Amino acid sequence: MSVESVDPDEVDAADILGSAIERREDPALLTGDAEYTDDIQLPQMAHMAIKRSQHAHAAIDDIDTAAAEEMDEVVAVFTAEDIDVPGNLPVGWLLDTLEQVDHPILAQDRVRYQGDAIAVVVAEERYAAHDAVDAINVDYERLEAVTSPRAALNGAADLHDDAPGNTAFEWEIGDETKTDQAFADASHTASVDLENQLLIPNAMEPRGAVADYNPSTEELEVAMTTQNPHLHRLLMSGVIDHPEHKLQIRAPDVGGGFGSKIHHYADEALAAWAAKQLERPVKWIATRSETYLTDAQGRGHETHGEIAMDDEGDIVGLKIETDANLGAYLSTFAPAVPTYLYGTLLSGQYDIPAIHCEVTGAFTNVPPVDAYRGAGRPEASYVVERLIDLAAREVEMDPAEFRRQNFVPDDAFPYETQVAVVYDSGDYEKTLDRALEMLEYEDFRERQAEARENGRYLGLGFSAYIEACGLAPSELAGQLGAQAGLWESSLVRFHPSGTVTAFCGTSGHGQGHDTTYAQIVANELGIDYDDVDVVEGDTDEIPHGMGTYGSRSAAVGGSSLVTSARKVVEKAKSIAAHQLEADEDDIEFEAGEFRVAGAPDRSMHIQEIAQQAYLAHDMPGEMEPGLEATSFYDPDNFVFPFGMHAAVVEVDPDTGELEFERYVAVDDVGNQINPKIVEGQIHGGVAQGIGQARYEGAEYDDNGQLLTGSMQDYAVPKAEHIPEMETDSTVTPSPHNPLGVKGVGEAGTIAAPQAVVNAVVDALEPFGVDHIDMPLKDEKIWRAVHENGGEE
Amino acid sequence: MAAHDITLTVNGTEHELTVQSRELLVHALRDQLEYTGPNVGCESTTCGACTVHIDGKAAKSCTVLAVQADEQEITTVEGLAEDGEFHPIQEGFQEEHGLQCGYCTPGMMMTATQLLAENPDPDEDEIREALEGNLCRCTGYQNIVNAVENAAEQMDAAAARGDD
Repeated sequence: MSVESVDPDEVDAADILGSAIERREDPALLTGDAEYTDDIQLPQMAHMAIKRSQHAHAAIDDIDTAAAEEMDEVVAVFTAEDIDVPGNLPVGWLLDTLEQVDHPILAQDRVRYQGDAIAVVVAEERYAAHDAVDAINVDYERLEAVTSPRAALNGAADLHDDAPGNTAFEWEIGDETKTDQAFADASHTASVDLENQLLIPNAMEPRGAVADYNPSTEELEVAMTTQNPHLHRLLMSGVIDHPEHKLQIRAPDVGGGFGSKIHHYADEALAAWAAKQLERPVKWIATRSETYLTDAQGRGHETHGEIAMDDEGDIVGLKIETDANLGAYLSTFAPAVPTYLYGTLLSGQYDIPAIHCEVTGAFTNVPPVDAYRGAGRPEASYVVERLIDLAAREVEMDPAEFRRQNFVPDDAFPYETQVAVVYDSGDYEKTLDRALEMLEYEDFRERQAEARENGRYLGLGFSAYIEACGLAPSELAGQLGAQAGLWESSLVRFHPSGTVTAFCGTSGHGQGHDTTYAQIVANELGIDYDDVDVVEGDTDEIPHGMGTYGSRSAAVGGSSLVTSARKVVEKAKSIAAHQLEADEDDIEFEAGEFRVAGAPDRSMHIQEIAQQAYLAHDMPGEMEPGLEATSFYDPDNFVFPFGMHAAVVEVDPDTGELEFERYVAVDDVGNQINPKIVEGQIHGGVAQGIGQARYEGAEYDDNGQLLTGSMQDYAVPKAEHIPEMETDSTVTPSPHNPLGVKGVGEAGTIAAPQAVVNAVVDALEPFGVDHIDMPLKDEKIWRAVHENGGEE
Repeated sequence: MAAHDITLTVNGTEHELTVQSRELLVHALRDQLEYTGPNVGCESTTCGACTVHIDGKAAKSCTVLAVQADEQEITTVEGLAEDGEFHPIQEGFQEEHGLQCGYCTPGMMMTATQLLAENPDPDEDEIREALEGNLCRCTGYQNIVNAVENAAEQMDAAAARGDD
């Protein structure tokens, strides 16, 4: 079922949208012609390195920079005392109960996580900057550290004076009274206590910035690893007190992000500030160790969940209590992740009449926690799908049939959940049925029974996931606390020769937007794919934008491009009518050609009209010359992709070893612009989800020291760790956007963890195992078997 | 810090340069000679983004000192294509969508070309094993495996036609 890619030259223009064409960004990436941030070298460029706290929690008694300042090649050393700008990182999402705390770009008298920035060195040369950092001496008075949110909320020392008890916020959604009543009336209940562990994103390219200041024009250009240049411009402008219109943020090629390059960190702001102070270019590139210590982490939930059923096996209620780890400070969008991106997804694919969820956000001595691929939605899907399996077991139903019985039926859309969202469209049985067919499900259950008789333990785990993508209707986002609109902007511009440049405010970093956006625009305008160029990721070139995250680029950015392209066609149509001497209502537009209805030989191509629009010798009425259009597309609703993933595993209870037999993924992401890219996104997402399920996790000792601080210690999956994925898709278009697309960037990461855990728990059912926390390392599996005596 | 005059032949071009004793080959290539294809991902021989060939063998240039590479032939990703024609491994990665952000890709391809030199017809397990020192966070590896198989088939077909 693997999608075959095709050469774009072999695709008819009419078929370009939806074709699995090869990516146009690949040649630069395959030859070394790509330009990542660390590839940039500027004349007189100096290098910055950062002195970071070695302790997770300490008071700073003294910072001695004298030795560093005296070193050869050191240009400057800066500490908090030198910061002459606000220097406080803002939070971009507020909640009613949120305790805001200071987040200085350089720590002044206290550090709150290992890696907190204390001082910066700028030197003539990369290695010299790091040498000088090592020569800075900091006297600390160590304080007690806490890394678990539950422990932080239950008696640990306070991190911030402004947040007593380490409570960042208390938040709830749903109807508590109704849910309690549902549980009181229920025939069956099931519950789980689980941890959704902290993850470290590990984009292959570390974060970095090259800042260049021109004192004559006061223009400050920052090339940096960013998923959202305009947002970084706005935030950095405030942090370093530099006017927004004199600040340019540019994303060169960006080597993956997975959320970690959304947020505004101290480091990039410091590089920009230092360049301005020193009036020379400054480069800062994180070492891998620094990315482990400082990239915003993901997940970090400790959750109690309960589910209630009636005597027919229908779900009647769901209760969730979560303590969410926010880390030492509030990162850019941190408050949204364990609340609105989590609680609103707790209905899963199911018709659940009563839901209540309480979340307490906790400050702890780990790096700030924020959006990581999926962001809240994987945590929701994980607890729901774990509870669904436990519920099916409780009511003694097959897990596939229990799901089917409780699905939101396909005729119930748009479906309003009990947790404040309206699902746009869906057909959940379709993905279930396709998955069951691929899995040869009945045969599997027979094989499983036979294997058990022979002392072999096979398991199959389902994951019926849903996610909310296409962030987001601005008015709704504002009501929920967002300090930004979540529209997307684009500009489609014809050149006089008939070629087109399309600018979009999203900022791809591996997703293939240059290709898919050109497919969209070429299709709308009816011109050759090769005649469309796509520009993203530069605040000086692109009018405005909100960036790439939350699987929003196709649904919101793509729709914005459609909107701009349609405005262009409207203007071109008026020009065509004028020059063809026909009534505008009689003009038909198809495949780039404007024709007079009933007179097929009277026609003009849109590229010819572009030329006429710039010549402007014969324009209709008062119409301005030129042919371009800008739009700010604000979506009507989120979009809700869904699917059914399933893992088939064999577990050896004697050793805890786990082997994948199969991994099946059936996804419905609405219409597909480029099925090859969709498939690639699913693959990559699933691999990250399997990484969480089996291998990954940020681990800290009692002092808050990171034990998994390198690629040797934190298991980013290797080629041998990921099974072959069997993928297929169904198509249920979203009615909310002109492309009918839903979003795919996070689907696999949301779906995979619970498929794997459910499979292992299914395999170990004879041993009475009903839950094992991720990551499912062999030892943990072995312990789970043997906790119950290791007997069937 | 002692300085050393060394000679590196990179993709067939000889370069004379002065390096510090501790200067890593990857930094000499990137910062001094501006071969920015090899990328730095971990500085610890784990991720493989910096993989180049030294005298025909794949090596991680973040854990080789530049002085150690003195007088040796280095091939970077910039040296894979010849006369504007993609190497089969580049074709394979393009056709199979074997890359997304592209950061690991140069190293991944340099490791894969060594595998194909040693084993022109590797099976899936052999490919996955050969790539164990190269991490990719985007693709889930499946299309990388397909890309290497694709390249092997192209090279086999070219050999059958009697191409160079």
